[in-house]
Amino acid sequence: MAIDYIPRSFTIVRDKERCIDCGCCVRQCSNECHYFADDGKTVLADSQNCVACHRCVDLCPTHALRIEKYICDYRENANWTAQYQQEICRQADSGGTLLSAMGNPKPYPIYWDKILLNASQVTNPSIDPLREPMEIRTILGRKPERMTVEEKGKSTIKMPPQVVLETPIMFSAMSFGSISLNAQKSLAMAAKNLGTLFNTGEGGLHPDLEAYTDHAIVQVASGRFGVHKEYLNRSRYVEIKIGQGAKPGIGGHLPGEKVNVEVSNARMIPVGSDAISPAPHHDIYSIEDLRQLIWSIKQATDNTKPVCVKIAAVHNVAAIVSGCARAGADIIAIDGFRGGTGAAPTRIRDNVGIPIELALAAADQRLREEGIRSHVSLVAAGSFRCSADIVKAIALGADACYCASAPLIAMGCHMCRTCNTGKCNWGIATQRPELTKRLNPDIMHQRVENLITAWNHEIKEIMGGMGINSIDSLRGNRLMLRGIGLSEKELQILGIKHAGE
Amino acid sequence: MKKVYAKEELCLNCHLCEVFCKTAHSLSKDVIKANKYEQPAPAARVKVYGDNKLSVAVNCRHCEEPKCVKACITGAMTKDKKTGIVSVNEEKCIGCMTCLAVCPFGCIQTGKFAVKCDLCRGEDEPACVKNCPNRALVYTDLGGAEV
Repeated sequence: MAIDYIPRSFTIVRDKERCIDCGCCVRQCSNECHYFADDGKTVLADSQNCVACHRCVDLCPTHALRIEKYICDYRENANWTAQYQQEICRQADSGGTLLSAMGNPKPYPIYWDKILLNASQVTNPSIDPLREPMEIRTILGRKPERMTVEEKGKSTIKMPPQVVLETPIMFSAMSFGSISLNAQKSLAMAAKNLGTLFNTGEGGLHPDLEAYTDHAIVQVASGRFGVHKEYLNRSRYVEIKIGQGAKPGIGGHLPGEKVNVEVSNARMIPVGSDAISPAPHHDIYSIEDLRQLIWSIKQATDNTKPVCVKIAAVHNVAAIVSGCARAGADIIAIDGFRGGTGAAPTRIRDNVGIPIELALAAADQRLREEGIRSHVSLVAAGSFRCSADIVKAIALGADACYCASAPLIAMGCHMCRTCNTGKCNWGIATQRPELTKRLNPDIMHQRVENLITAWNHEIKEIMGGMGINSIDSLRGNRLMLRGIGLSEKELQILGIKHAGE
Repeated sequence: MKKVYAKEELCLNCHLCEVFCKTAHSLSKDVIKANKYEQPAPAARVKVYGDNKLSVAVNCRHCEEPKCVKACITGAMTKDKKTGIVSVNEEKCIGCMTCLAVCPFGCIQTGKFAVKCDLCRGEDEPACVKNCPNRALVYTDLGGAEV
């Protein structure tokens, strides 16, 4: 056996007093950590391949299992940490780029946790959302510059296409291929019932999702997988994906193992072939080129659909957003560097891009200064963990937010960050039929709906406390925010005052 | 009548229906005691067949005209006219297993007596349905085609 120099990550601890040897863990673990002893009855475990997905823990009928971090100390070194040493060994073994999944796990500052919200006291009344109307309906799309009316008071403005959402929360792009059809279907069902949108990602639209096209955002990415005229028209709006927060500057990569017949049909690529999207769109090398693509999509959809441009939050984000707005985008989505992914090169995920909080504040400020803020709606993406994060994003200037990791967690994801292996025990990030059937859309759409409904309640509660009864009055209302423990420069970029000011 | 229907496309092959069936038919009603310590060990009335690729939990169909009732030589196996539940009277059963031989669905488990699903008499939902993590078992009177 070749030695790989890498100790395991976790230990599976089995409480023998509780274990009834039912073998549920054996049959559920796709990493084959649990197995029967030679007697065919006693259950044993080998922790080597455990990824801490907790499938066995959660299904064990007697709660006999526990996953522990495997501690194997290295000689202390603040520079050469165990993680760097292990990654070097992994590359010495494989000779390849390190791949990771989900969002950036490094301890960079999370500005949501350094921003505090306001509430009304004495000088203005707070509002009770259970007794008074509270509006969180959100409308995306280009807004006319000014209102003109004819003599009888009727508007003479031809309204550009608008998207009405019953909540400021949408589901971000996750392609069929990277996630299972059952997972996508659960999100589509939830989006329909909640009055919001789900996003097909760059994987095309599966025929089973036809019923949900009024709630679909269809993506046009650099690989152009599954893109044709009908695809563009079977949507609520079309999104041009320039970049993704988890991997700015590079295209998507769906490993061939995940490309089965269904995925191949939706993407229009051969079975088993890697779906590698080019890093850039090869027809977009400038803002002018982007304008052409936006125009083409609007032509193909008869000017009935808003066109969104999704970019990753990078250093010059404000200027790029301004350029996209001037290129004719109706909606601009900015994806921060903590945004999730099914597979990204580790070094890029962990080191490229900037936090969504700063990018959003800078972009909103720039658009306002240039007097074109009303030309576009801003959608923030890149890790919203709770409703308070959403409220803060809206107060920083976002019109709506894209959420993906949170709904996945609601469906069973435990953030084990091995989506790229295609062995997801929860039936989410896999195409293996024996695993995808573990996700029952009838159960999961309800869980996702519950989550967003709960967040909606909380958003209303927080707004009520501020004395605000409409989400439009919260949007870009940075006076409702105060920084804590932030430098002058950070406060300046966020456009907020320090707590106590 | 309300019956348990299995959806094989959702069955996880986790066998938790068996574990909780045993528990429901034990003296202690405790999952660890029932599955580990209790003697005589309670038997599961439902059985999962297949592997991870395709599996299904098989349990008694409570047939309109049950072959097991017809074949029973002691009159231990009866179908309740009111509820439609087919059950074994353990005092009458001699364990000859003729019922097992004639059941077209293989729903009789062996033991000292014939052991079979009683739909957890009186419960709102049988234990197997209640504890199925993926709703692969459905308890309904709509019939199998509607599931």
